[in-house]
Amino acid sequence: MRFLTYLLIGTFFGFVMTKSEAISWYRILEMFRFESFHMYGIIGTAVVLGAIGVALAKRFGLTAFDGQALKLNPKQFSVPRYLYGGILFGLGWALTGACPGPMFTLLGQGIWLIGLVILSATAGTFTYGVLRNKLPH
Amino acid sequence: MIEWISEPWHWSVSGVAIAAVMFMLLYAGKEFGVSSNLRTMCTIAGAGRKYEFFRIDWRAQRWNLTFIAGSVLGGFLAFFVFPSSEPVTISAETVNYLQSLGLSAPGEGDFHSSYVPAEIFAVDQLFTLRTLVVVILGGFLVGFGARWAGGCTSGHAISGLSNLQLPSLIAVIGFFIGGLFMSWFLLPFILQL
Repeated sequence: MRFLTYLLIGTFFGFVMTKSEAISWYRILEMFRFESFHMYGIIGTAVVLGAIGVALAKRFGLTAFDGQALKLNPKQFSVPRYLYGGILFGLGWALTGACPGPMFTLLGQGIWLIGLVILSATAGTFTYGVLRNKLPH
Repeated sequence: MIEWISEPWHWSVSGVAIAAVMFMLLYAGKEFGVSSNLRTMCTIAGAGRKYEFFRIDWRAQRWNLTFIAGSVLGGFLAFFVFPSSEPVTISAETVNYLQSLGLSAPGEGDFHSSYVPAEIFAVDQLFTLRTLVVVILGGFLVGFGARWAGGCTSGHAISGLSNLQLPSLIAVIGFFIGGLFMSWFLLPFILQL
């Protein structure tokens, strides 16, 4: 039953990613070339609503369905890992036109080569895990 | 109604829907973050035997794997069952730019999807240098960078910024430094390979 819930939320997410066109390689190119407001509008709306909702949830002490605190794990502050990791991620995002969520969504649309992107991304994550102690964090 | 959900959504509707996904997961006691699944997949493949970073209880991540399985299904439904009648409508400037590089604009040619260019993502392009660079190098950078930064677009740009976390802001600035550098300086060469 719980798994059905996650499956349904994920299905909704894949649907939204498609109809928002955030899965489109073209939309990502257009965003980074500053030639349309579309992607900025999507992310901006989500963040503004998200920030208002999170602030209200904290203000009124809302919890998850089971009474546990909301999972808003603060990240430990530092600069290098977020900046360097972020830059590498951005290089890849602009190249493939897909961040991890859209990769899976595109797979459902018969874009088979995206399967190789997912495998390669998994290899990238594995390589990070191997080199982790040698990288600045 | 069917027509309304099938056609491309306005950015504001999409933004509301993405925030809704985040809140649904928070209410379910989870955290919205897709790239963690790549780590879980390494763990399932046995990477934890040699590398400490992958020694996690993957069973606790089954909900997230189910979530991305759902996103595959959602992509299938949105594309094949409720298809939009129009190709992706990108700006005229971007179309001109694509033409200057010899790439097809959305909906041109006979590729089954208007979301991605056939010149990169059609299966028969697999052994072209351009596609190999995009698929292999691009994928690798996404997976490596996301884990180093501790999250991707969903974890940092949506969840992290919503919680006003400074680390997420730094990560998102990084996403844009990398993305702008790729789009303006490297992509023009890579796309001509």
